[in-house]
Amino acid sequence: MTQPLLDVCNVSKAFGGVIANRNISLKVNRGQIVGLIGPNGSGKTTLFNSIVGYHPIDDGEIWFKGEEISRYRVGRIARLGLLRTFQQTRIYGRMTCMENMLISLPERESSFLDLLKSRHSAGIQRAKDLLEFVGLYSKRYHYAGDLSFGQQKLLEFAMALINEPEMLLLDEPTAGINPTLINGLIDRLKRANEELGITLLVIEHNMRVIMNLAEHIYCLAHGEMLAEGSPEEIRNDQRVIDAYLGAH
Amino acid sequence: MNRRLANVIAILALGVIGILGPWLFPAHLSQFSKLWLFIVLALTWDLLGGQTGYNSFGNVVFFGIGMYAAAVTQVGLYYPVAAYTAAKGGGTEFVFDVAQFYTGLAVGLPVGGIMAALAAAALGMVILGMRGHYFAIATLGLAIAAGELAAGWEYIGAGSGMVTPTPPDTIDTTLLFYYLSFALAAVTFGFLAWLYSTRFGLAINAIRDDEDKAEAMGHHTTRNKVITWTISAFFLGIAGGIFGNLSKFIDPIDVAFNGAEVGVWMILMAILGGKGTLWGPVIGAAVFYVTKELFWTYLLGWQRVALGALIVIIVVFFPQGIVGWLKERWPERFGPSKEEMEAADAKGGA
Repeated sequence: MTQPLLDVCNVSKAFGGVIANRNISLKVNRGQIVGLIGPNGSGKTTLFNSIVGYHPIDDGEIWFKGEEISRYRVGRIARLGLLRTFQQTRIYGRMTCMENMLISLPERESSFLDLLKSRHSAGIQRAKDLLEFVGLYSKRYHYAGDLSFGQQKLLEFAMALINEPEMLLLDEPTAGINPTLINGLIDRLKRANEELGITLLVIEHNMRVIMNLAEHIYCLAHGEMLAEGSPEEIRNDQRVIDAYLGAH
Repeated sequence: MNRRLANVIAILALGVIGILGPWLFPAHLSQFSKLWLFIVLALTWDLLGGQTGYNSFGNVVFFGIGMYAAAVTQVGLYYPVAAYTAAKGGGTEFVFDVAQFYTGLAVGLPVGGIMAALAAAALGMVILGMRGHYFAIATLGLAIAAGELAAGWEYIGAGSGMVTPTPPDTIDTTLLFYYLSFALAAVTFGFLAWLYSTRFGLAINAIRDDEDKAEAMGHHTTRNKVITWTISAFFLGIAGGIFGNLSKFIDPIDVAFNGAEVGVWMILMAILGGKGTLWGPVIGAAVFYVTKELFWTYLLGWQRVALGALIVIIVVFFPQGIVGWLKERWPERFGPSKEEMEAADAKGGA
């Protein structure tokens, strides 16, 4: 079996007395779309934060592309090609959509001197294509802060795509997006995976979305890994049903 | 009217006023020298405070460091500095001829800029890791500490200050410092206009809007912040060097590290004109400086009360500043210009 792209081994994280993650392990292979579900407060976002280096982990190891990243800081992990989006959408509000896109071009290979090039020196067409891809082309000169919440989510997704990550962690990509847009978003996530080859790990509360999207699903509850399997297995797993229905 | 054209006209007009200054307002030349320097103060403060979103209350430190470093270099090239400051700069033994005076300035001003920049880089690496308000609070102490340090350091004259080299009689220093100040303002403005047009400009705006996001997208946010402050301090240091010579006497607390006046004014000028805009600090500095001079002339005795009231009015009624207010009021004229964007598109597009 080939090495997984992302390998989380026995990761634990506590905040004071609250154990947010206990002995969590999960693997994501290159090219997969993997789902992460669980009731509110089950530790999904904490796990995301641990993976991208937002806070140090207490125990365990995290490997990306065969490199241990457990001790790396946020920026360095992002430059390796492991990117995340935020549950509370984060965009650059007082910059236009185009500017948001242009400054999200990958920093990976670039040095400080590259920053001294004109802001219009690269990526204009790519930025426009991706804004078109998420349906924001007509808004490209609007301030990002003036967009609706759903549109900001789409912009954040486009910003992630222009960064050309190898893997993208999406924290509730469909929260706050209206039902018709959600279908379009599922389609775009799949296309990003197939056409751009971006591996996805998705936190999602919308069961319909995650069952449609993911080929493999992990379920967290109370900071522990409760179950994993195909969407079919997860759907029929009694423990998962109990956890979501609050039967304990 | 086309925005680009309006910009060019505004710059040309300022340039012409600047160059013709000695003929236009011969009686107020030294005040106008200070105005050009104040524009530099506002522009450099805005680089970190407005464009990057990091409010610094300590920028005056770089102003003071530049002032002292320039003066010490000007003297040190020809005389032992300790003896010079011990003699309070007076006497007949410390005479600078024309060549020495010009050389001193030519070396001293860049040294002032470089020393200030080095200080900013060193300080930045320590305190620019802090976010938002914490950084602002940390900088509050800087000016106070720097002033006290300078006032206790015998080499640079300690509490009794330092006299800048007395120029030979043949040099018209009013004119010289006027043009130096004007040139510095022009170069600073031009440099920042260019800097804001680069990807670096976008990168620091990204820090202003959401630093966590910028970091999560792989930006070297701390590096960019330190570089920004260093650039800011470089121009500020040169401004300090000129200001010291213009004042002829450097008092550690009242002139060099005057956090309560100059340190606050540079922030107010940027806010009054419009934080985070290229023209804001220029307009803010002009309006503020002229108002301040008028208060000092016509409201003597009450000038500080009037200035205090003005500050309150600025913060309450113009939180976005003059340029920010204009942008909000007439977005089609002052907002993000479509033509510029489209033009850039045409250049970069397929």
